[in-house]
Amino acid sequence: MTGKTLYDKLWEAHLVKQRDDGTALIYIDRHLIHEVTSPQAFEGLRIANRKPWRLDTNIATPDHNVPTTDRSVGIEDPVARIQVQALDDNCDEFGILEYKMNDPRQGVLHVVGPEQGAALPGMTIVCGDSHTATHGAFGALAHGIGTSEVEHVLATQCLIQKKMKNMLIRINGNVGSGVTAKDIVLAIIAKIGTAGGTGYAIEFAGEAIEALSVEGRMTVCNMAIEGGARAGMVAVDDTTVDYFKGRTFAPKGELWDQAVVSWRTFYTDEDAVFDAIVELEGADIIPQVSWGTSPEMVVAIDQTLPDPESETDPVKAEGMRRAYQYMDLKPGMTMGDVVPDRVFIGSCTNSRIEDLRSAAEVAKGRKVDAKVLQALVVPGSGLVKTQAEEEGLDKIFIDAGFEWREPGCSMCLAMNADKLGDGEHCASTSNRNFEGRQGYGGRTHLVSPAMAAAAAVSGRFVDVRELLANN
Amino acid sequence: MEKYEKFSGIVAPLDRANIDTDQIIPKQFLKSIKRTGFGPNLFDEWRYLDEGLPEQDCSGRPLNKEFVLNQERYSGSSVMVARKNFGCGSSREHAPWALTDFGFKAVIAPSFADIFFNNSFKNGLLPIVLSEEIVDELFRGVFEAEGYSLEVDLANQVVNTRGGKSIPFDVDPFRKHCLLEGLDDIGITLEDTDAIKAFESKHEAAAPWVFNVIKAESAIK
Ligand code: SF4
Repeated sequence: MTGKTLYDKLWEAHLVKQRDDGTALIYIDRHLIHEVTSPQAFEGLRIANRKPWRLDTNIATPDHNVPTTDRSVGIEDPVARIQVQALDDNCDEFGILEYKMNDPRQGVLHVVGPEQGAALPGMTIVCGDSHTATHGAFGALAHGIGTSEVEHVLATQCLIQKKMKNMLIRINGNVGSGVTAKDIVLAIIAKIGTAGGTGYAIEFAGEAIEALSVEGRMTVCNMAIEGGARAGMVAVDDTTVDYFKGRTFAPKGELWDQAVVSWRTFYTDEDAVFDAIVELEGADIIPQVSWGTSPEMVVAIDQTLPDPESETDPVKAEGMRRAYQYMDLKPGMTMGDVVPDRVFIGSCTNSRIEDLRSAAEVAKGRKVDAKVLQALVVPGSGLVKTQAEEEGLDKIFIDAGFEWREPGCSMCLAMNADKLGDGEHCASTSNRNFEGRQGYGGRTHLVSPAMAAAAAVSGRFVDVRELLANN
Repeated sequence: MEKYEKFSGIVAPLDRANIDTDQIIPKQFLKSIKRTGFGPNLFDEWRYLDEGLPEQDCSGRPLNKEFVLNQERYSGSSVMVARKNFGCGSSREHAPWALTDFGFKAVIAPSFADIFFNNSFKNGLLPIVLSEEIVDELFRGVFEAEGYSLEVDLANQVVNTRGGKSIPFDVDPFRKHCLLEGLDDIGITLEDTDAIKAFESKHEAAAPWVFNVIKAESAIK
């Protein structure tokens, strides 16, 4: 018998029932809830007169809509206020743990879950949000679901699933210094395309992935969905186990030892077979920037922008032409020609403490360039914010001319007041560069936190490694 | 959910690949706590020349006349054809809600993003995967003939052209059954309550740290 992949093991450990029609019932260990995709699900429960199956599996916090400026006065936008209020009311009514907007533990759900140890290795974790794949970083099976499935999980603790195929993405050798998890994942998406992972669960492996912290692995898994895969994951190792020790909802004492033994079984057997394998050389990956309107439209910082005329796939070439028009860029330019009107450091991809440290390292002793209208730093959670303040990072950012904000999704999707103006370019550490994502007519360039900070202080996109060499 | 019946509808061609859910329904409209009313904001940024606001009356907004859904010849369409990787991006179920609210009952494309594909079935919207060649052919047909329509027959898993061509498609038997009968997934899953409970006790014995740790603070006395 051949061995099993990490995904196979997670699947089997949660298989309630295999049905004859090829679907299966999969048990869900953790369900994360936010304000945007849950109100209709709670409403559905009420209409059908159903109760949540279990309460001790759910954790909620508002993140998409909340303002990142002073919140003591509540939310000004009436529509957003109603939605956040609906989450509060639903959680209170059903008895679900929620960190409300002004709770110090509030933040972007995908930052808060692991930070609290609410999301743990070996678990199945879902959320009405496609970036749930983030939690795969620590050997969990985690993916986004729609609102009907949110209701389904609330009511039954299960999901009806079909097993996905297995894909291995291996980064051979390590990456150079100044190259981050974000650069790795952007390079991966540039290679496989935005539909490359459709139908697969992706396991990320190889020396460069092993060398990452759990936070870095979260950045990589977070963007599995931009490569088309609902779930991305990394095997459990010492780094994983150490990360969870002492966290609020992590097991303690004997239970901890028992959990660690179990968690350590979540890796891919040597003789396991993948349906697809993609390999990249770590040494080839340098800082990346997206130039277009799809996360696969990415170049390395030293490359010129590609020419649609040399693209053989006509549908792709047409997409590139549209992107050039929308972004107001031309083939043959370099990203060094582009001025970021705004800079956004935040989002579930890059708002954890290490992200802020790496941006601060670049910002320290420098000033945001006069051409940049606004540079925002939005920590992923209240706890990340406090920790950063204890380390003095807030001062570094503020001295350099960045704004230091309250936690939330913020300019990642611009549902609150933080948004791009029509036609503005943004160096953003978020995960999607779709048309209008960060504001009507806005033009997003996806980069790492260090690259975003470098763009802020340089007034154009530059190779952060050059700045770091002068530090 | 209503039973999904055989129907015939005008086809609207959306000749783009990688249409993402941010385009299908932009974020400012996700603030609604209802499942309905998203139709007027379907493809908002492409459909109108101004920036749309939540809860705004769209009837007086300036239209982008070039956009497919604003062209007279496609008015009343209920089938969409598009290029590959339709529905990529965010998991928002507001995307199928907006499409069905507008009047679409089926979307045909060479491929779909997983989450959108899944969400569609739960909302009476049938995503149909056909080969690139056939999709190409459909685009040609739609562009050539005004009023081009297709008949979608889920029970027999075929799309019928007016020219008498029957194009077969695959569909997962469970999803097909649920759509045809208008069944609610949750009800079906709850028929397996015993199996879920049995699994749960076994799981709790093996991984007790997964259970009983998270509690609403009001419940902690
Ligand atoms: S930070 Fe952005 S991608 Fe992440 S959950 Fe929030 S809106 Fe979604």
